[in-house]
Amino acid sequence: MLTKTKFVAEDLKVVGTRPIRPDGVPKVTGMAQYGADYSLPGMLWAKILRSPHAHARIRSIDVSRALELPGVKAIVTKDDFPEQSFDYIGPDRVAVNYWHMTRNVMAREKVLYEGHAVAAVAATTQSIAEQALALIQVDYEVLPHVIDVDDAMRPDAPLLFEDMITRGMTPPPTKPSNISRWAEFKTGDVDAAFAKADAVVELSFKTSPVHQGYIEPHACLARFGADGQCEIWSSSQGHFFVRAYTAKLLGMNLGDLVVHPAEIGGGFGGKTVVYVEPVAAALSRKTGRPVKVAMTREDVTRATGPTSGSSMTVKVGATKDGKIVAADAVFKLQAGAFPGSPVLNACMCSFSPYEIENVRTVGYDVVSNRPKAAAYRAPGSPIAAFAVESVLDKLAQEIGMDPVQFRLKNAVKAGSPTFWGPKHAHDGYAETLQALMAHPEYQKPLGKNQGRGVASGFWFNGGGESTATIHINEDGTVMLATGSMDVGGSRASMAMMAAETLGVPYETVRSTVADTASIGYNHVTGGSRVTYATGMAVIEACQQIIKDLCHRAALTWDVKDEDVIWENGHAKPASPEVGSFEPLSLKAIAAKRAVTGGPIVTESAVNAGGMAPGFASQFIDVEVDPETGAVKVLRAVCAQDVGKAIHPSYCEGQIHGGVVQGIGWALNEEYVYDKQGRLENPGFLDYRIPVASDLPMIEALMVEVPNPNHPYGVKGVGEANIIPVMAAIANAIERATGKRLTQLPMSPPRVLEALDA
Amino acid sequence: MLMTASHGAGKILAGGTDLLIQMRSGRVRPGTIIDVKNIPEMSTVVAEGGGFRVGAAVPCMHLVENKAFSAAWPGVIDGINLIGSIQVRGRATVGGNLCNASPAADSVPAMIAAGAIASVMGPNGRRELPVEEIPAGPGKTSLAPGEVVTSFYLPHRPPRSGDAYLRFTPRSEMDIAVVGVGVNLTLDENGVCTAARVALGAVAARAMLVPECAAALIGTKVDEAALEKLAAAASAAAQPIDDKRGTKVFRIKVSGVLAKRAALVALRRAKGEK
Amino acid sequence: MSKQHVSTVINGNPVEFLCQPQQTLLDVLRNDLNMTGTKEGCGTGDCGACSITMDDRLVCSCLVLGVEANGKKIETIEGMSSGDGLHILQQKFLEHAALQCGICTPGILVAARSLLERNPDPTEEQVRFWLAGNLCRCTGYNKIIEAVLDAARVMRGA
Repeated sequence: MLTKTKFVAEDLKVVGTRPIRPDGVPKVTGMAQYGADYSLPGMLWAKILRSPHAHARIRSIDVSRALELPGVKAIVTKDDFPEQSFDYIGPDRVAVNYWHMTRNVMAREKVLYEGHAVAAVAATTQSIAEQALALIQVDYEVLPHVIDVDDAMRPDAPLLFEDMITRGMTPPPTKPSNISRWAEFKTGDVDAAFAKADAVVELSFKTSPVHQGYIEPHACLARFGADGQCEIWSSSQGHFFVRAYTAKLLGMNLGDLVVHPAEIGGGFGGKTVVYVEPVAAALSRKTGRPVKVAMTREDVTRATGPTSGSSMTVKVGATKDGKIVAADAVFKLQAGAFPGSPVLNACMCSFSPYEIENVRTVGYDVVSNRPKAAAYRAPGSPIAAFAVESVLDKLAQEIGMDPVQFRLKNAVKAGSPTFWGPKHAHDGYAETLQALMAHPEYQKPLGKNQGRGVASGFWFNGGGESTATIHINEDGTVMLATGSMDVGGSRASMAMMAAETLGVPYETVRSTVADTASIGYNHVTGGSRVTYATGMAVIEACQQIIKDLCHRAALTWDVKDEDVIWENGHAKPASPEVGSFEPLSLKAIAAKRAVTGGPIVTESAVNAGGMAPGFASQFIDVEVDPETGAVKVLRAVCAQDVGKAIHPSYCEGQIHGGVVQGIGWALNEEYVYDKQGRLENPGFLDYRIPVASDLPMIEALMVEVPNPNHPYGVKGVGEANIIPVMAAIANAIERATGKRLTQLPMSPPRVLEALDA
Repeated sequence: MLMTASHGAGKILAGGTDLLIQMRSGRVRPGTIIDVKNIPEMSTVVAEGGGFRVGAAVPCMHLVENKAFSAAWPGVIDGINLIGSIQVRGRATVGGNLCNASPAADSVPAMIAAGAIASVMGPNGRRELPVEEIPAGPGKTSLAPGEVVTSFYLPHRPPRSGDAYLRFTPRSEMDIAVVGVGVNLTLDENGVCTAARVALGAVAARAMLVPECAAALIGTKVDEAALEKLAAAASAAAQPIDDKRGTKVFRIKVSGVLAKRAALVALRRAKGEK
Repeated sequence: MSKQHVSTVINGNPVEFLCQPQQTLLDVLRNDLNMTGTKEGCGTGDCGACSITMDDRLVCSCLVLGVEANGKKIETIEGMSSGDGLHILQQKFLEHAALQCGICTPGILVAARSLLERNPDPTEEQVRFWLAGNLCRCTGYNKIIEAVLDAARVMRGA
């Protein structure tokens, strides 16, 4: 039970400063070990055979010739993975189905996308493993394929699953389709409200899927012993789920599998799923030797989950003085080969920044022949925001209102209702809009061919399960461990919160990420949850340690526990009446631990609720070359409510990074397929993420409206920043050129076509 | 000799920035790799006969850092400076860029516009030919088996000459050209263009010299009217395809736009302006 | 195909190795010499994570064959700091929080050092164009640029 403390104030000594992160030196010297950097004696290399077809039935797989190649030690196919039962497990928004998961990791009846894994080889060298792949003979019956979400919804579309009946519809449809799920959220009466609105704007949009684009391809090392015990070293956003999924897919007990967290080279949601770990473990089990798997960049783009492409229609109505009275949207999101697009998030996040009495959002989760979608930074919300924030911009123009003022007039605050569930936990949105208006550049006029676009976004932010342990070392330094993978500097934030709570210098707190055998369960590093939830576990552990330390001081002074308080890293008498005892430091108490009760340790676990949502508002200035359609970003000013910036540099870093990903999404990133459904741009040459020379300095405005449910006021920061970017740029292009683009990416040929139309 | 001995299964290795990628993807499986970087003619830049002889295996960065060459041929350097990244330019070579025969190769239009002559060694001895005759189609050259481009000769620069290369890419760096235009022109003392060469890249099966573009400039002061004619000639000459990097319509239009812009840069340089 | 013998100097130390002719220098460094500081992000020279210098020239090690290193001087991230101290660029990257996941960091540090050796006083634009061959997906490049400019200032004694 977390005791609230009144820390959120000027007393803070560590929180809010910018110390060096504990994993910094290893990372700048090349010593840090990522998934592909581990090796063990006797290690084998694995390569994965992938489907060349977008959609095909597998008639047979013949591995005999490959097995004869000297140096090949084992081959696995679906026969090496047990069948799983068909069940959607867990909360709706993030449900897992192992029947789908095992098929995504290793195809069974069919291949459902180009790049789908069908077999894997372990051999003594990489080159032998590659040669062996060429010797595996797969007999495919090629089937017609479908990729685009609208095409996949057509009645005559080729079906990925012949028995897929849309969930969520009552009555359920009688015929199968590629629509896995239908959902509707509504409040009020939109049709009546539209009839009364003074201005109504309705637009349709299409977006291409985009990849998270982490620079590190998936990789891992697995060592399966003859005693059924397995160890895996892998980069992921959560070694506990790697353990859970790998154990399930291999039919193992959780206790027989230990997953060690390697450093991770970027995830953004895309590494909250498994691809290579079950394959490496299965090959290691079969060969009795350690097995290493590293994906190539082309494998990553062809076969790992990007976020969905979409087809959307949004309609919003307002009164002439700017009150939004009705909002209606249809979101069709592409799930890829197996169900699970973030369409529910899209439905819910879409209008969440605004108080609107009449709202309806409808979502379709649609399968099609491309890799299964995986989470990407606020999954679903950026896609919906592209549509919603573009329509709001046009509506603001029609009623003649400044786009920021228009949003401010309708902005939610603490206690505002949502149309899909609980009330908004906290303020923060209006403050981000005010930050934009207060910015000196906001009123600055722009030149020829230049335009300024405004947009906002909402993300739930996550809570969930986290565990932290603290040991006080014999010399009074502090060992702090959690099970949360560190993607962006969280080890530093954890150490800072611990140092602040304990009242000791930051340099005396050593913060690590423990493996699955050494600490209790931790949910994924994602959903903007770690600084919040794992932070709470850390603070709670510190509070328990403080109680313990006070108790030991009480023993030493022979007074009652309640006569001792903790202040500035020392145990002190609660009042002069207790006695005139010199304060005892952490170091002094630690030195006496053997006679006061033994090692000073604690573990604390939370299932954190009480998280506050994330809001972001941005204005982005662009210049459009009218003769080529090239769009240059001149300035991006990005306000985000961060609650309290524990480590301001890492908060800023999240904002900079998310905004730049959004710029790539807006202007250049997309998947290009040929007529056979094969990807034409699987490398970083033609899947174009932003380079340093394309960008200005991104300006991060950290708005702090502390979360009252957290001792340091923390709100999640990682995700909200990507949400508004694409709409802000579309709105900026519209102001610069008078043309509104409704398709992503807004690449030069598309912009030029719109200009010349 | 090595080339002939390897019976056509040999591949020349200069910078390796195309070859290694092709080996990795399996597109090319060379029996023998012949590293040419230690052959003196191929790896040096020397002044010769008032012009420059540039070895075909000289890394791009060496040329960029060569003050005399950069001052004489800023347009060729424009092109070279756009190949890949700093890392790629540390290895990539103009000879490789030409003989890899991508229609979008960045150094090629400016080299064509410069009037560069390639020197080719083969089993039957040495021959010289204009660089535009070497690419024959995507990934194909007109070289006979066993032939290697050893160097390029760029001629003496008459006074009041300037060249420029511009390309269109969605990102400012790291991309393959969607359209590339090289312009080289010479003015007389009255500012009238007396000679010009214009080449287009990425808009046909190979980079091409476009005489109609030159004709639009010669005899004019490269004014607005001449530039419009130049743009029209460039757009007319482009025969692009739709591919993952750009559409036909886009490339045709942008050919004209870039031809004008490149001509203006070349003009400024010919007049000695910055 | 039998292996070839290569003699080279890596981070100031003489090193000999055997490698197959078609093996890249990146592969040799990481898998034969256990120097995993140089990273593979793409294998095709498009991301810069494998950047090293060869005879003081900044290159992608995935685009160099192991055999081409014969007789050359190679410098990787592992050689950047000396003794018990960090190179000023490494120090500034830490102070400025110029890394989040850190996978691109070795390549960017090697590239930045190469820039500052040639141009001790670069503008922001020059830094951005020099580093255009190094992809970063986490930081948006802001703090990387700031760290490089700050390190340059210190190295100039300004």
